[in-house]
Amino acid sequence: MATRSGRNPKDLAFEKASAFFAFVVLFLAALLFAVLLRESLPALRKFGARFLVSGTWDPVADQFGALPFIYGTLVSSFLAILIAVPLSVGAAIFIDEFAPPWLKKPVSFLAELLAAIPSVIYGLWGIFILVPVLRDYLMKPVTKYLGWIPLFKGPAYGPSVLAAGVLLSIMIVPFILSVSREVLATVPQRQKEAVLSLGGTRWEMLRIVIGQHCIPGIFGATVLGLGRALGETMAVTMVIGNRPEIFLSVFQQGYSMAAVIANEFNEAGGIQLSSLILIGLLLFLVTFVVNLAAKWILSKMVAHASRGI
Amino acid sequence: MKKIHGVLAGILATLAVVSFAFAADPLMINGAGATFPYPLYSKWFYEYSNANPGVKFNYQSIGSGGGIKQITAGTVDFGATDAPMTEEEMGKLPGAILHIPTAMGAVVVVYNLDKVETGLKMTPDVLAGIFLGKITKWNDPKIAELNKGVTLPNADIVVAHRSDGSGTTDIFTNYLSTVNTGWKTTVGAGKAVNWPVGLGGKGNEGVAGVVKQTPGAVGYVELAYAKQNKMSVASLRNREGNFVMPTLEATSAAAAGVEKSMPADFRVSLVDAPGKDSWPISGLTWLLVYKDQKDPAKGKALVQFLKWAIRDGQKMEAALDYAAIPTPVVEKIDKTLRLITSGGKPLY
Repeated sequence: MATRSGRNPKDLAFEKASAFFAFVVLFLAALLFAVLLRESLPALRKFGARFLVSGTWDPVADQFGALPFIYGTLVSSFLAILIAVPLSVGAAIFIDEFAPPWLKKPVSFLAELLAAIPSVIYGLWGIFILVPVLRDYLMKPVTKYLGWIPLFKGPAYGPSVLAAGVLLSIMIVPFILSVSREVLATVPQRQKEAVLSLGGTRWEMLRIVIGQHCIPGIFGATVLGLGRALGETMAVTMVIGNRPEIFLSVFQQGYSMAAVIANEFNEAGGIQLSSLILIGLLLFLVTFVVNLAAKWILSKMVAHASRGI
Repeated sequence: MKKIHGVLAGILATLAVVSFAFAADPLMINGAGATFPYPLYSKWFYEYSNANPGVKFNYQSIGSGGGIKQITAGTVDFGATDAPMTEEEMGKLPGAILHIPTAMGAVVVVYNLDKVETGLKMTPDVLAGIFLGKITKWNDPKIAELNKGVTLPNADIVVAHRSDGSGTTDIFTNYLSTVNTGWKTTVGAGKAVNWPVGLGGKGNEGVAGVVKQTPGAVGYVELAYAKQNKMSVASLRNREGNFVMPTLEATSAAAAGVEKSMPADFRVSLVDAPGKDSWPISGLTWLLVYKDQKDPAKGKALVQFLKWAIRDGQKMEAALDYAAIPTPVVEKIDKTLRLITSGGKPLY
């Protein structure tokens, strides 16, 4: 059987069937792109490249631009990565290297459970717990003493780009954490022992092992988290403040691409609808470009890392 | 193989039972549209189907815009909307349509101020000033002079508005455009607008959430949400110069106020309505039905239901926080229902 697998009619049928399913996936992606493009054509024709750089979103005057939404999406996702990566990698190292056995299971189980919570629940928790806590214990004191820094300029209302970033970071921790743990697990035990036997401390062992071996994998985990953060809709809508303007301060409100689609799609018509679909197309492209860039960087890193060993 | 036959037989038997059930169920009337009247319509459909077992309703609350799209495409038997159809939208229809008012709603101004009780007085210009971002502090002299004896805090006003497209926003911005030229020229009216200031919350619950969570916040929600959440509501000066609290009676008064000038197609805005007791930010919600019904049986059932809705149905409104349509307007609607035909034959 195994030697003639290509000739066996059953295997052949299976091969064809699986190829068919693979093409269905490709076809769906192409169809998605085609429909988005077709429906966004009126807005593309009317606004052209101006759509990318305009900051106006005025449904009454039928003037639309995507810049505040692109900005809000990228900044809130970047904040999320900034918080989530150290947190997840640190937690992964703790669970695999330091945690006593009785703590390993519950910690990793609870962390992975975070991924199963529906995003609307995160959003509600964000509105009722996270936003008031951030406002009263972080934003208010910081604006009082550091408000002269443009990044922390008040007033601190609560719903903000920062709140969205913090909420997103909690949502993507389980993804980055579990991939990071798998990456750490690929490090050969002998390599770790070798560093320790040469008189290295645990910190040196981790630094060398992670630096040599795990950076590409952790980067891949980060991209996975970033992809999720870029597209997250419900939770972001509930805490970001939904204000289509660009503020330098992370304490001010913003808007994300997914959020504006979720908010306005139901009651939109004409050029507004087309503009919303164009934003959907842009989100599709942003995600696509981010993933492509990540793949490319990853391949460079892997090549570099394998040379290093 | 035997197993498969058994399964097939089972499926066929189920199908037979299901199709029999459908056959015994003569009429299913489909509708789609506004979310605002959904609780009322659900109650109506339930009560009406109980009294008339031959008729069942299926209503999808997908939003006013969606309702208009579905009735235009003819995929539903009736649509529902909180904003009357525009001339442009009506131009796309395959036939003449009737707007049947079913209930009234009020949009109220809610706020979150410690130690300030409900009923803070506002004029149209103060309200527009707040939402335009021109009045930014609660102790602004323009607010203070209306509320002598009330200690207003020296706090920032945090404006909250709807982030999703909605009929509530349409009524609210229509009101501001009617009473304030500054608002009309810089922002305008619509289901979604370019807000000069403020935070966006999704849905009535989103705005209510922002207002409840943020000290110094002010926003607008449907009357029912303000009541159920026990929020502080502002009293507004209406067209006749009286300060009015938003109540169901004050909302009905707005429809009574425009009754004389009510157009035959009922496509009328009730904002800033005349009448000394009228709440100025009121609106109607409509069912959309074609004047000529394709299916005589369905058309007949629909007309019978509408007759019931504008009479017996009105008694259920107050319990669900909707304002009933005043009797003189009901009489006018009744005349309109007589216009519905199928193949030229009246269905009333």
